[in-house]
This record gives sequence, C-alpha cells and structure tokens, in this order.
Amino acid sequence: MKLLEEYRDPATVRLLADAVARIATKPWRLMEVCGGQTHSILENGIDSLLPDAITLVHGPGCPVCVTPARSIDTASGLACRHEAVVCTFGDMLRVPGASTDLMTARSAGGDVRIVYSPMDALGMARSDPSREYVFFAVGFETTVPVTATAVLRARASGTGNFTVLNAHVRVPPALEWILAMPDCAVDGVLAAGHVCAVTGYEEYEPMAARHSTPIVVTGFEPVDILQGILMGISMLEAGEARVENQYARVVCREGNPAAMAMAREVFEHADADWRGLGVIPGGGWAFREGFRSFDAASRFGAVPDCPDPGDGVCMAAKVLTGVLEPTCCPAFGRDCTPGSPLGAPMVSSEGACAAYFIYRGGGR
Amino acid sequence: MCLGVPGEIVEISGDDQISRTARVSFDGVTRVVSLAGIPEAVVGDYVIVHAGFALNRLDRDEAARVMELIDALRACPGETRP
Repeated sequence: MKLLEEYRDPATVRLLADAVARIATKPWRLMEVCGGQTHSILENGIDSLLPDAITLVHGPGCPVCVTPARSIDTASGLACRHEAVVCTFGDMLRVPGASTDLMTARSAGGDVRIVYSPMDALGMARSDPSREYVFFAVGFETTVPVTATAVLRARASGTGNFTVLNAHVRVPPALEWILAMPDCAVDGVLAAGHVCAVTGYEEYEPMAARHSTPIVVTGFEPVDILQGILMGISMLEAGEARVENQYARVVCREGNPAAMAMAREVFEHADADWRGLGVIPGGGWAFREGFRSFDAASRFGAVPDCPDPGDGVCMAAKVLTGVLEPTCCPAFGRDCTPGSPLGAPMVSSEGACAAYFIYRGGGR
Repeated sequence: MCLGVPGEIVEISGDDQISRTARVSFDGVTRVVSLAGIPEAVVGDYVIVHAGFALNRLDRDEAARVMELIDALRACPGETRP
C-alpha cells in the first residue's frame, strides 16, 4: 500500500490546481485551520499554484501558539523551584511566557525534559518514584485522548508522582468564534484532518449552515490540500455550504468514539483562555472531579488568578484568526525571527510566522 | 503537533484496552505505540500515529477511492466535481 508518495505526486498536484483555476470565477478566501496544513502549503508552494483570486488564510490550529503565557510561566516555575520535573513537547521550550520560558527555566537548573508522548513522561515517573513528574499538556483533540490514556494508565498503576498541567483546547468553539467575528473574511474552511479523525465532523454541520460557510475536512499532503481546496471552491461556486470530507481514508463522520470516550472519561468541556484570542466559551478541557488528583494545578497550587498580560508588539492574535498575513507584521523577520521570537507563531513548527520565515526567506 | 504518520501494525501486546500497545512499522522503522484508542485494531492494519498513540485506522477502500476520483479527473479534465 502506497501511503504517501501518491499524495505528493507533482503531476496530480498540477492537475488539481488546474481544476481549481478552471472553476474559480470569483475571489474566494479559504482558511486552513491546522498549522500542519499551513506548513505543508508553504513548504510545497501550494498557494503559488492557485489562481490569484484564491487566497489561503491561516487559522488558529497551532496548539503552542494558543497556550496561555501564564501556563508557560507556571510550568517554568515548577521546574525552577525544583518542585517537579516538567516534561513537554519540544515546541514548547522556546515559546515566551509572560515573564519567562521553559528554556530559561532549564538554563537556571530546572529539570525540563522533551518527550514525544505523555506516555514517556509517565514511564519516567514510574521509574523514579522519589520525584514529582508533571506533563505540561498542550494540544487539541488530537492529543487529548493521549493525555487521557496516560492519566488512566497512571491511575491503574497507582503512579502517585505523575500529574498533568492541563492546557488542552478544543477546535470547534474557536472556529465558531472566528466565523462569528464581525471582520471575519473567511469564505470557506479546510478543517483539520487529524482533529476530525478523533472528533468526527458532526459538530461542524450546523456551523457550516449557520455561517453559510462550506467546510472541507482535509488531510495534510499536497494532493489532500489541493483536493480540499477544489471541493471547497466547488461548493462556493455552487452557492452551497455543507461539510464534505476529503480525508475519508482517515476520518469518518463519527470520528473515533473509543478515543473520545477516554478523553471524556478524564476531562470535560470548559471555558478556556486562548492566547491572543481571549476566553472562548467551551474552548477547552478541565479535569473531571474524579481525576483532580492528577491535576498539577491543584497539587501544586499553581493557578495564577490573573489574565494573560497581552503580547506587546506581537500581532499573533491577528495572524491566528487569518486577519493578518505574517509578513505584514512590522516585526516579521526584523525584530522577530525563529532565533529570537517575539511570539509563539514564530517558534512553533506549526506557527504561520515560522512557516513564512522558513519557506519564503525571512525578513524579505 | 497534530501531525500524524501512517504506519503498519506488525505486532500487538497487552490485554486490557488502556495498556494495549502495538509495534508499528513506518517504512521499516518500528516504534511501540498505544492502541488504547483502537481496541479493534489487528496486525496488518494501517494506522495514523500521533504522539505515540494510534488515532485511527487507515481505510484502504477510501484511499483507493480518492485516487479513482483523481484518475477520473485526469481522464476527463472538464469534470471538476471531485
């Protein structure tokens, strides 16, 4: 079974791009939700293959970018004060918090470790019971069942020195928030394929109807993205606003009920602070009552009761909502580079600013 | 972070859902991943793996269908409805 090559075939990509050019009669703006899709688009030059009338705007799907600054400060503080070994994904280390970051905490002697999976953090905790291990959990519904599995395993194995600093968020409420913005300039949406692999896409159906906005569940390879664009433009040209599924080899309408059941066993929906966007109703996940003993915020009393301070000159909020293209930010490539980032979108491997800097030649 | 990589299950171990794992081959490189999210998975299934966790199975029929649609577009470029 060919898993990737045929989804990267240049001739197929060209065929689909030509089909888009043939049917597009008006200017349309499509938002790809996921930062992984943003990077694929920039890396493969997909936007440059499209007719000028079609604009791709980049969405909020960069978990590192939307993690509140104060959560980063909290995680850094736990490491700096030697209260716990802090384990998290590599992207988180250089993201600026409100007053510090995890790399600084590590330089100051804090034990900060990069893990590939929360299961790795749980393994470390089990083999070193004398110390506290905190997994700093960021990410969307793709990652929530993974964290939930680690928590369920910790409970089953009686691992008392493993907790989770939870910053998990939910995509649909954020997409609803963006589509409802008065200055929303999005005609159609390419929904994030791997989030939908877990959640399914039922929740998007009323959203598409309410905002008259077609939504295409889309994969990540160049052929996937161009086919998603073609499906979206087809609906827009026909005046239709449904949910269609380009990524049917991975996504079905009901998603993965077993994975969602684990997520819902440990967590429940809650309002959540999205960095740059503010508090989004139902935009996150909180520990359920029965799992509070795994909540690092409870165990360490680490809940700063103040809002995020804002991000100074960084215009991340406008970038994350598709209002501003990264290169239009005055700081892009000058005061803000991947080596010296002012904001999370320039740090993350899913951040739109980093994608433009890497693939379009930064600073130009 | 939401990147998922497709691989083939070559071995399964563990009894209960939470601790069940699979050895998954990514073009010959293998890694142990949690199968907690796909209790029904069997050896030979292709799965999408994210952060050490199999998110979902890859449906070969649907994968083939996408390529058939593209072949149809190639054969008849005027037909743009994918």
